[in-house]
Amino acid sequence: MSEKNNKSILEKMGESQVWKSIIRSGVPRTRRQRMHAILGSVFLHLHPARLPKHAVKVGYTWCMGGLSFFLFVNLTITGILLMFYYRPTVEYAFTDIIDLSEQVPLGIMRELHRWAAHSMVLIVWLHMVRVFMTGSYKPPREFNWGIGVILMTLTMLLSFTGYLLPWDQLAIWAVTVGSNMARATPFLGNEGPGASLLAIGDINLVHVGSDVRFALLGGRFVGEATLLRFYVLHCIAIPFVAMIFMAVHFWRIRKDGGISGPL
Amino acid sequence: MNLVAIKSAIDALSAPTISFTILTVIFPFIFPPSDWFEKIHRKTGLWRMWTKPGGVIGMILITAFFVIGYFDPYFNKTLTKADNFPIVLMIYSMWFYIWLGMFKAYRNDIRIEQGLKPEEYNDPDDKVLVWPDLVYIEFICLILFQVFLIVWSILVAAPIEEPANPAATPNPSKAPWYFLGLQEMLVYYDPWIAGVLLPTFIIVGLMAIPYMDINKKGDGYYSFKERRVGMFIFMYGWVVLWLFLIIIGTFFRGPNWNFFGPFEYWDTHKVEALTNVNLSEILWVKWLNQGLPSNILIREGLGFVITGLYLFVLPVILAKTYLKDMYAAYGPTRFVSLMTFGLVMLALPIKMYLRWIFNLQYIIAIPEWFFNI
Repeated sequence: MSEKNNKSILEKMGESQVWKSIIRSGVPRTRRQRMHAILGSVFLHLHPARLPKHAVKVGYTWCMGGLSFFLFVNLTITGILLMFYYRPTVEYAFTDIIDLSEQVPLGIMRELHRWAAHSMVLIVWLHMVRVFMTGSYKPPREFNWGIGVILMTLTMLLSFTGYLLPWDQLAIWAVTVGSNMARATPFLGNEGPGASLLAIGDINLVHVGSDVRFALLGGRFVGEATLLRFYVLHCIAIPFVAMIFMAVHFWRIRKDGGISGPL
Repeated sequence: MNLVAIKSAIDALSAPTISFTILTVIFPFIFPPSDWFEKIHRKTGLWRMWTKPGGVIGMILITAFFVIGYFDPYFNKTLTKADNFPIVLMIYSMWFYIWLGMFKAYRNDIRIEQGLKPEEYNDPDDKVLVWPDLVYIEFICLILFQVFLIVWSILVAAPIEEPANPAATPNPSKAPWYFLGLQEMLVYYDPWIAGVLLPTFIIVGLMAIPYMDINKKGDGYYSFKERRVGMFIFMYGWVVLWLFLIIIGTFFRGPNWNFFGPFEYWDTHKVEALTNVNLSEILWVKWLNQGLPSNILIREGLGFVITGLYLFVLPVILAKTYLKDMYAAYGPTRFVSLMTFGLVMLALPIKMYLRWIFNLQYIIAIPEWFFNI
């Protein structure tokens, strides 16, 4: 028996041309290879190759930031699958949702999406609490905390816009209650203070058919146009903005000196 | 004591007037912002909340509340709504993680007092490799969470009600649970404040925290004593003004947004007297015994003066007297922003108490301009 045959399948695989073309360092065994496994991967290189000991402890980070990102990816995947079946029109929306659970064997895709969404709101909040309690927003990380607050707001808006899509009583009335606030926006809502000042002579510029609520709903009440608008916001617009802010958020963690820790 | 008595006691205690007051009064003793509170915090044994037995007792109390609630015919209806399960999770995780953070903070506080480095400290040269030490932990976290989600999804169906019907308004109509704190604020403030101004202040205020907090200590490890004022303010805003209002909005608000204890029947016909009056009515009609002046600015003059004093004069007085040292340390810009965000935040409980004690509707009431405060 030659020595070559004693190698495990994994090791053989690690030496193959295909493997080496993908992961240049081979199977990460030595210290050098392990560092290279992180540095050489477009995904893993979000991380530095080495970290202080406290930084890898769940007790310190609660894993909340990582889970927030994981849930975002998770929601994107389940969301794409749901988009195959769901049509955002008053005619089909509700029945498409019913079909998702009744016509599909073990149809839990909507459940996975909804419960992951609720979890994400909660986990983003807890991430903020963790960062506050460890004082990790202090210089030089002030700016990244601000980005985080924006991401938290976007998370809630994502959840809120998705709330309308099942087009049932729960959905339209929750969104009606929420979007009624917009009508009271100072200057920009038709029932907001100062809106009556924005007038040319007797003609009001801000009225029920031209205020921010109208822009948000695409009409005077929650209807067909609102459904389409919220669908686009939910599936494209807000995730797009969130992804940009996430890129900045992750980049800045590294640029601001990596994970916080005592000096 | 039997269960019925306990239930009616909880019902009575959970009225916002009582529960909010208890929480607000007890809060500085739980997160003591000064030496005086700290002394009582130690004496009364409240610090034991942040020890292991304290954590367990908290978990048991929450569980007991939900178990009793589950078997109660009325609370069961609210509790078992599929969309309310996140709130159950929220209450558990809120307690657990605040406890965990405080538990670690107290351990670090003791170490710092002894002149030691915080527990999180390690020799900077002694680092671990991300592969495998971090990526495996992340991988395990992610797998466990995915399993949890799958189990949750199999057990609880996502809610679906009747098809949307713009003609049938449900009573109560509630926003999604994470916005119920804002909806609860609508009881005390008009939509332009509760729905637009306060959310904006919350977002901008949160973003401004790192620029307003000049305390350099407590960076990168759990600690309490070194930054107790900041911790107290943040925790009060987060726990009482945000999470607790969400809990009220979800569990204690029934038809017509009337208050119902958790174990009470949601009676659609419950009548609550609407006796709220505006400050201008109190001044002109009750005190001066005459009709309201037709000039709006004169009519609401007192309201404008009070609001102006509160937002613009009070910070100046504080800067010259009680908070003189702070003003010197913070400088004008920081001081003004801190005061603005602080006073706006404080305006919520103040308005709540004005409502509860004096039945005050608006401090400034100009419905003609949709300008009510």
